[in-house]
Amino acid sequence: MDHTSTLERVIRGALITCVLVFFLFPIFWIVLMSFQTNETILRIPPSIVFEPTLSNYSALITGKLETTAGNLDIAFMRNLWNSFFLSAASVLIALALGIPAAYAFARFRFRLGEDIAFTLLSFRFAPPLLVLLPLSLYFKQLGLTNTYIGLIWVYQLICLPLILWIVRGYFEDISPDIEHAYRISGNSWLKTFWKIAVPLAKPGIAAAGLLAFIFAWNNFVFALILASADKQPVTVGALAFVTASGIQYGQIAAAIVLSIAPTLALALYAQRYLVEGLSLGAVKG
Amino acid sequence: MSSELVLQKVDKIYGAGTVHAVKDLSFTVKPGEITALLGSSGCGKTSTLRMIAGFETVTNGSIALDGRAIHELAPAQRGVAMAFETYSLYPPLTLAENISFALKAQKLGSADVDKRVKAMAEMLEIGDVLHKYPSSVSGGQQQRASLGRALVRKAGLYLLDEPMGQLEPQLRAVLRGRIKHYLREHHCTTILVTHDQTEANALADRIAVMEGGVLQQYATPAELKARPANLFVGTFIGEPPMNVFPVRVKDNGQTIDFVLEGSDGQVLSYAAQDFPDAVRRRLKNDDGLVLGVRPHAVHIGKKGLMARVVTCQWLGDQTHIAAEIAGRTVVSVSHEQIKAAPGSSLFLRIAPQDLHIYAADSGAAIAHGAELA
Repeated sequence: MDHTSTLERVIRGALITCVLVFFLFPIFWIVLMSFQTNETILRIPPSIVFEPTLSNYSALITGKLETTAGNLDIAFMRNLWNSFFLSAASVLIALALGIPAAYAFARFRFRLGEDIAFTLLSFRFAPPLLVLLPLSLYFKQLGLTNTYIGLIWVYQLICLPLILWIVRGYFEDISPDIEHAYRISGNSWLKTFWKIAVPLAKPGIAAAGLLAFIFAWNNFVFALILASADKQPVTVGALAFVTASGIQYGQIAAAIVLSIAPTLALALYAQRYLVEGLSLGAVKG
Repeated sequence: MSSELVLQKVDKIYGAGTVHAVKDLSFTVKPGEITALLGSSGCGKTSTLRMIAGFETVTNGSIALDGRAIHELAPAQRGVAMAFETYSLYPPLTLAENISFALKAQKLGSADVDKRVKAMAEMLEIGDVLHKYPSSVSGGQQQRASLGRALVRKAGLYLLDEPMGQLEPQLRAVLRGRIKHYLREHHCTTILVTHDQTEANALADRIAVMEGGVLQQYATPAELKARPANLFVGTFIGEPPMNVFPVRVKDNGQTIDFVLEGSDGQVLSYAAQDFPDAVRRRLKNDDGLVLGVRPHAVHIGKKGLMARVVTCQWLGDQTHIAAEIAGRTVVSVSHEQIKAAPGSSLFLRIAPQDLHIYAADSGAAIAHGAELA
């Protein structure tokens, strides 16, 4: 680094600052907003000097929203739990289905194999609204509207292709001979899958699972159409703060802070896996 | 511990009949025998090995180990150990764990396992890196660990796929000796896949030469050199390769003359009695033949075939002369120091007992020296 000139360092510093401000300022502003009342948020010009209040958070946690038009019950904590439950269950099911499928696509050539894999991937290309309209009709008929099972099922459109394609790449990177060596020393095919293939693909599985969790968590439109209040995740639940008496900016901000906290914590904790997992080639046979 | 392996009429066809990798392959490896599958890349040797191991299905035919048909069993049930060309060590385990892993199924005491792993590591000279992970040792060390993992197990048959490809020549020579001794001592039936003739010659009791998915010859190293079954084996085995001359034969009762094709009448002429009647009966007048001669059997003399010197090199212990006759290059190897200027002419002499005679159309051997093939 010795040979970099001062000018270069200054320019680099400035650019990095720009990027950081661009990405982090909204988060910083939301955090500030979450500690303010609607009055201080809406004053002109805005200021970062204010008397902090925890009222937004207490309203969310107790579920009682006080507005000028009267008191409202909000189900934010329930929404948060819904988000967690829907995302976690969807990812677990997608992992259970996707890892064996990814292994099959990576290791075996079978009739229509590539077509099936591509069809699964194409779920990611389709705009959600394309599937939502027919789905909402079917769901009504099947009694799946506003059920966890129905939502988790639809969330597979988000999670399954992601897990399948990331983990497949991982399995393809593992030399089949490593598995052959294990099998020839007296182990069954299934045991080889569990003891050799899955552990070696772990970074990829972790990264794919994490990404799928975040994508599921951030989903808005499926739950908006297919679920009503008691099954809705936070992304949809935040709409409740757009009330008859105005938009509750402070509570929305607090809700956003609370809803990004779990995924942010998860992403920070698993950063290493994410980078390793998505840059592939971490396993060399 | 040692078993007999019998392959009968084995075929391997990949895809929808597009690639016929192994054709009608039959051979037997006797208990305790070391067989090398030798051939260039794509000759079907690795496909054969993988069919025996159970990683490829057998399209047609059967494979039996000690009389038990194994070609439809899972790899785990075949009682076979294998060392892979790609090493294929388990990345999260140290070399020692990788080697001892193979012993787990045998339910040995940990002291016994340690002893065996140590002995194996010593033989393969990886004792000092046993505690390291595969990613932090060299390719050669990984390869030896992979070999150790295969050999340390008790199995009816050992399959070694290019087991020493990554090793330095000196170490390779030492290990060859040790591994051969180990396989002999433990009476291990072994199949070795290699493209290295020296390795095949040094390790194997018998060599199966393959080309285009077809077994060309299955014989001892000495026999392959002295009596190659066809032109392919003749030119494939031996370094430098055998010289070949397309010729027409003329038998006038007193002499047998081989007229070099494409030359202005250059002739290798021998007395008729140099060849027994059985051979002469096979060499019909005007037949198209191919003569094969090993470079060390091409002598520089005062008369014989006239050739123009292309290069002449003294390698410290032998002279290699490349010369041209009728547009073909002929190589002569001599243990004496010979000086010949490029462009000059010299005479090449070939004794009748050094001639390998092949049919020009099929390439099948007709005679080796003065004996019928």
